[in-house]
Amino acid sequence: MDSYALLIAATLNAGTVLALASLGLLINEKAGIVNLGAEGMMLCAAIAGFATVVHTGSDTLGFLAGMGVGAIMAAVFGVLVIWLNTNQYATGLALSLFGGGFSAFAGVAYVQARIPERPQFSVPYLSDIPFAGPALFRQHPLVYATILMAAALVWFLYRTRAGLVLRSVGESPESAHALGYPVRLIRLAAVVAGGALCGLAGAYLSEIYTPLWVEGMVAGKGWIALALTTFATWRPARVLLGAYLFGGVTMLQFHLQGIGVDISSQFLSMLPYLSTIVVLALISRNPRWIRINMPASIGKPFYPGS
Amino acid sequence: MLKLEARPEPSRAWSYGSPVLALVSTVLVGLVLFALLGKDPGRALSMFFWEPVKSGYALGELVVKATPLLLIALGLAVCYRSNVWNIGAEGQYLLGAIAASGVALMAEKDTSGWIVVPILLAGILGGMVWAGIAAWLKDRFHTNEILVSLMLVYVAIQVLGYMVYGPWKDPLGYNFPQTKTFELATRIPRLFSGSRLSIGVLFALIGVAGMWVFLFRTRAGFALQVGGLAPAAARYAGFSSRRALWVAFLISGGLAGLAGALEVAGPIGQLTPYVPAGYGFAAIIVAYVGRLHPVGMMFSALLMSMFYIGGELAQSRLGLPKSLTGVFQGLLLFSLLACDTLVNYRLVWKHKLEGR
Repeated sequence: MDSYALLIAATLNAGTVLALASLGLLINEKAGIVNLGAEGMMLCAAIAGFATVVHTGSDTLGFLAGMGVGAIMAAVFGVLVIWLNTNQYATGLALSLFGGGFSAFAGVAYVQARIPERPQFSVPYLSDIPFAGPALFRQHPLVYATILMAAALVWFLYRTRAGLVLRSVGESPESAHALGYPVRLIRLAAVVAGGALCGLAGAYLSEIYTPLWVEGMVAGKGWIALALTTFATWRPARVLLGAYLFGGVTMLQFHLQGIGVDISSQFLSMLPYLSTIVVLALISRNPRWIRINMPASIGKPFYPGS
Repeated sequence: MLKLEARPEPSRAWSYGSPVLALVSTVLVGLVLFALLGKDPGRALSMFFWEPVKSGYALGELVVKATPLLLIALGLAVCYRSNVWNIGAEGQYLLGAIAASGVALMAEKDTSGWIVVPILLAGILGGMVWAGIAAWLKDRFHTNEILVSLMLVYVAIQVLGYMVYGPWKDPLGYNFPQTKTFELATRIPRLFSGSRLSIGVLFALIGVAGMWVFLFRTRAGFALQVGGLAPAAARYAGFSSRRALWVAFLISGGLAGLAGALEVAGPIGQLTPYVPAGYGFAAIIVAYVGRLHPVGMMFSALLMSMFYIGGELAQSRLGLPKSLTGVFQGLLLFSLLACDTLVNYRLVWKHKLEGR
């Protein structure tokens, strides 16, 4: 019983990394931009956040450093893609390749570094409930903040004027432009916000989830986060759900190992990647359904009337 | 203020000039980086651009590293020209290496040197199968090939891990996760004694020529590229996009697999967890910097090989991390994409008042 409570707790923890990144990518894609650089941004943010905590001892500063690095990298990507009209896929890929190299380069000195043990977080009273307490209420505050963030994103996208404008930029940039909205600036803002969230995800990974720095530690979570937006058919609530689902799959491998299932660890490690492929296949099976839900101008460049 | 103005047609001069400009700006950033790290920029520069070409032996090593990059990039160019986004060449390369190792491990003391043929074929087949999964899922279920091909890289790394930690582990290898060293008969024949250059170079050169003919002189190659540039026109002309998808994936998977086979049965000589060296990703940069043109990619493969060798030298002689190579590779692709803007646009100075 207790091991299941721990499994649920670990699932929420792992899901939070994916959820943060994927919500960020969702904002990008709602504005019509696909950023394949998520993996690279997360890696650079992970080392930035970790190094900040090593030097300052402050988690919050670490998170801010991660968000800053993510936002800066996303801004470079955004300027290239939005103003210089470079190919979104190729540019995002460049960001991921650069981020992989740069984070490894910058992180060499931190491979052995440790960050001080922090007190375990717990919600007063609720964390004492049997089963539900250890399963749900002993998480880092950011886990709960992520859920609030998803709710806030739903409200922003579907209940505010700004959210409507953001979506219109992703659906039909030409109309938004004709109505006088600064399409390019809105897209840049969305890209930067998305980068900051990916950065926060990376910093959470290295500061709280692991917590240490290993070269290439994001291990495809950026790519899985990208797949999640499709899986969720671009709805924030489903992104959250999908993130926990995949967090659960990641944790399942450790759980199965823990209870002594006789499968090679390599096959268990494949699970998150294989399930991403399977889920993508299932969800993409009906192209019409994807087309209805997908922002219509996703991945397409926009040249304001010249 | 400076504005971009669309050119009536893409500039030919800039399509050649852009990779050069990108390289120059990457080098400039590199020099600043070395200076900031307190290393002599001139010495660092010579490690990247002089040491790899200063002797016959060094040149040979340069070509040895460029060979897999070129083979993989040739296949990727077919993909990108037909708008198929295969970014999982690293996985296809690994499966090629694993399949080739399977055959190589069957060799015994008295096996004939002809075993190299089935080794290479196994490599090609392994790469094709891995690429075929992505193609099939795209064809059958419309899954995004970017994500699937990339996910398969991570799966391939685990398959490799399983093999070297499990069934293929050398029983006499002091428990190291690696296969036994392959028999000498399995070694890819070398061109000269004293150099590590193998017949792999010939495959790459044949690949360049073959790719040029395929892309620019055959109907199939033409159909593939039309499908990439103008899917509607291709449909109208009766060119099948499904066919293009399969052809592009299988060619690139096969070439990546061949590169993997040439590596494990060549310079490496056994299957180890260190087989993945990022060639599959670096080849993406090779393909772009070489303008997706077979001849251009020969040059960019050599350039990328310089980055690898320079990075290794900077590690051993300047005490800098080897990951420096990755930093420069990423920078190069970034600056190339930015410089490529000049192919389709020109910079003009416009006063704020006129027009708007």
